[in-house]
Amino acid sequence: MSNETEFEPVIGLEVHAQLATKTKLFCGCSTAFGAPPNTNVCEVCTGMPGVLPVLNAQAVELAVRAGLGLKCTINERSQWSRKNYFYPDLPKGYQISQYDKPICTGGKLDIEVDGHTMTVGITRIHMEEDAGKNVHDDGLAGSRSYVDFNRSSVPLVEIVSEPDIRSSAQAAAYMKAMRQVLRYLGVCDGNLEEGSLRCDANVSVRPKGTEKFGTRAEIKNINSFRFVQQAIDYEIERQSELIRAGNKVVQETRLWDSQAKETRSMRSKEEAHDYRYFPEPDLPDLVLKAGFVDGVKKQLPELPHDKLQRYIATLQLSPYDAKILTEDAEVAAFFDAALAVHKNAKSIGNWVINEVLRDLKGSSIESLKFEGAAIGELVKLIDDNTISGKIAKDVYAELMANGGSPKAIVDAKGWVQVTDTGAIEPIVDRVLAANAESVEKYKAGKTNVIGFLVGLVMKESKGKANPAMVNDLLKKKMGG
Amino acid sequence: MDLANLTAHELTEQLAAGKVSSVEATTACLQRLEKTAGLGAYLHVDANGAKKQAAAADERRAKKQSAGPLDGVPIALKDIFLTEGLPTTCGSRILEGFNAPYDGTAVKKLKDAGTILIGKLNMDEFAMGSSNEHSGYLPAKNPWDPTRVPGGSSGGSAVAVAAGSAYMTLGTDTGGSIRQPAALTGIVGLKPTYGRVSRYGVIAFASSLDQVGPMTKDVTDCATMLQTIAGHDPRDSTSSVEKVPSYTQALEQGVQGLKIGVPKEYFIDGMDPEVRASVDAALESYKKLGATLVDVSLPHTDYGIAVYYLVATAEASSNLARFDGVRYGKRVDPGKGLLEMYLETRGKGFGPEVKRRIMLGTYALSAGYYDAYYVKAQKVRTLVAQDFKQAFAKCDVIVTPTSPTPAFKLGENTSDPIKMYLADVFTVAVNLAGLPGLSLPSGFSKSGLPIGMQVLGRPFDEATILRTARAFEREHDFSSRRAIS
Repeated sequence: MSNETEFEPVIGLEVHAQLATKTKLFCGCSTAFGAPPNTNVCEVCTGMPGVLPVLNAQAVELAVRAGLGLKCTINERSQWSRKNYFYPDLPKGYQISQYDKPICTGGKLDIEVDGHTMTVGITRIHMEEDAGKNVHDDGLAGSRSYVDFNRSSVPLVEIVSEPDIRSSAQAAAYMKAMRQVLRYLGVCDGNLEEGSLRCDANVSVRPKGTEKFGTRAEIKNINSFRFVQQAIDYEIERQSELIRAGNKVVQETRLWDSQAKETRSMRSKEEAHDYRYFPEPDLPDLVLKAGFVDGVKKQLPELPHDKLQRYIATLQLSPYDAKILTEDAEVAAFFDAALAVHKNAKSIGNWVINEVLRDLKGSSIESLKFEGAAIGELVKLIDDNTISGKIAKDVYAELMANGGSPKAIVDAKGWVQVTDTGAIEPIVDRVLAANAESVEKYKAGKTNVIGFLVGLVMKESKGKANPAMVNDLLKKKMGG
Repeated sequence: MDLANLTAHELTEQLAAGKVSSVEATTACLQRLEKTAGLGAYLHVDANGAKKQAAAADERRAKKQSAGPLDGVPIALKDIFLTEGLPTTCGSRILEGFNAPYDGTAVKKLKDAGTILIGKLNMDEFAMGSSNEHSGYLPAKNPWDPTRVPGGSSGGSAVAVAAGSAYMTLGTDTGGSIRQPAALTGIVGLKPTYGRVSRYGVIAFASSLDQVGPMTKDVTDCATMLQTIAGHDPRDSTSSVEKVPSYTQALEQGVQGLKIGVPKEYFIDGMDPEVRASVDAALESYKKLGATLVDVSLPHTDYGIAVYYLVATAEASSNLARFDGVRYGKRVDPGKGLLEMYLETRGKGFGPEVKRRIMLGTYALSAGYYDAYYVKAQKVRTLVAQDFKQAFAKCDVIVTPTSPTPAFKLGENTSDPIKMYLADVFTVAVNLAGLPGLSLPSGFSKSGLPIGMQVLGRPFDEATILRTARAFEREHDFSSRRAIS
């Protein structure tokens, strides 16, 4: 190949997502993250002699949900297999996984890159148990290794894409879209730092315009959107350089080193494990009962793409606002909860975007002291003239600080807007009397001084007067 | 008569009548154990624990709070069963010093039934063997002739019952490991239908073949013990939800009108003539008792051993991967890193037969060989199962010899693994098909060695098997002969 040859990457991703179950895939131990080492363990997940696996039904439901959300075929019968290899963090010496008969096959995921929508095919989704974690302690007295089995047998799905991805940006967009869908579905919490979502990337390059796939390298264990992009960019460049220099890409497994920002060879094809897969004799085939899939389908939440379209078409939100509100499953749920209380999508959308999301500064919306319904109630209080927009800001500040119900706050603080003309009129009279100069200006045609006068009345009423009424009264008293 | 020579139900009667105590029966077993220590039946004896449990059983009886027909009966368990707080080695050096952290389901059921646990029994390492000579500790010997093997892998379980150092024992049967030693030691051994008894807490050899079963002095005890351990276990996804019938109710009903299948493939040239004559005589006896003999054919019998040694070793190669020195059992760590630790631990911990089978199984599952060996074996396994299905359309039970020969000499087959594997030629097909099979004494050779026959049945039809066996047992004295008096 000449130095001018342009290469096109061909990329497929394998996303490993931790299913959001309370207990492990084959025993009753907790899946909670961050527990002290080897406290969420039992004889089953530490591979004691004589133990047997019992399948967690909730994990099956979540895997089916993932399959439905990604438009897969759900296989009525799937099979467990053993993947055999030796490693200290793998207590049984094999991982129970699915191999040639996975639970879901043939789906798709729409992703958006640079304003264009494209579809990435999903080859399959299979269920498997996670391994434990080796911990190395390189102390002065010599190094020791420990194994923490808290993660051992935590349920995962592996979602394998078709080799449809053609750039690192598309790969990152795919991973983001996958995270969003899985979070919407409640299948996975999507927490990248805790390892709930990670991916392997299969990358090869071929001269632009050719059909045949190049030799691929598999990059293991990438756990951020940024890393997936960096690792693939590095790999595309590495492989292109190799070919340009007249060398061959070798099929191998590589590891992304996020510090050195490079991929490094982990093992070659020759060193690749022979996992000796065979059907797991301790578990019967996984057979989904008639009606089970339909039952899960009925409870399927609205997916991001559908929600976005609905917000734009039905709620008449701007595409920009709709996108912000649907980006995150929890934010959308928050917005929907507000909307359920009061049907003013535009105002509620503004409150959520301009106030709530801004104040969150990136932390989870679930960390708030109040729920979406409170914002609905707040906007309702404004819309029915119970409080002014200005008071609403104070109510909101109170919500942020202490939570509670907006109505209760308004009642407790006595912030109910004054709409009684009899109560507002004396204030208006006082203000007019004290500001004769402004009244003259107004009468001389400089009508914009009215804003100054409204402000004074509002101030004197401690914000409780209805501004529109104040405006009307002032105009009337100044003669139009 | 020595208390140790009673059956469990005879003991129970005496306990109920207040003629003996459980402490006395336990002491009798322990004395018999001491007297027959040279037979190598036990790997671990819990004399103090047993005496305490026996005293508690006597107390329950005094208060009329006995748990049932096995309350106060001294038993022992093949060392493949996990027993909380007691050593559990599976006959292997790799588990030397391993104390089980929990009780398996069958063990728990026997404890709940009030049985007294005397100790843990010798076996071929990881249940791989047909003579008990592959024990990682010591060979067990046949009480009828200590120069001969007791069979295996549940050799210790058979010896303890035959020698009277336990009233009943549990064994496991993957390819004949209950039935063959039962035949060679003159006792009753039942391999129930796959899924009838929970495998939870039983160290796995070949998961799709392993099954737990009773080894007892007679058929009645066998029925009682099966009743105690059978049933669905939520901890074993392969255990059946099929209802457990009463195994004792129809026990004495005889075989009048019963159709007994006789498969020609099980009466072969080269089998011991005395074995053949014994089973032929038993079939004649059944005719006299009112049963009808039906010729049946099990055409894939010849493939049984080959299929068995592919499926069983493949599963074993995976099941035994957990013995890696990381979490429990033996660890040999030369300090040269992980791989060396694995190699040394497994190299030193496993015996030669276990290594041979791990290698065979690893090979059968390897890329490029999987289809030719493992997949092909599974297909033939299906054919073997179909053979039985077709045969059982014509008969209610099938009767065959259990072992082609009576007990062979220690060392006779150890140098030739294939010859040793052929000891299972009549027993493996039942495991491949998942069916129940019972071995009971059908007679004795001229030299005084026990001969056994197998009664095989339809899935979950242990009741008919037991009834058939009991009908024969009632007519003969073979089950009442004792090796040690």
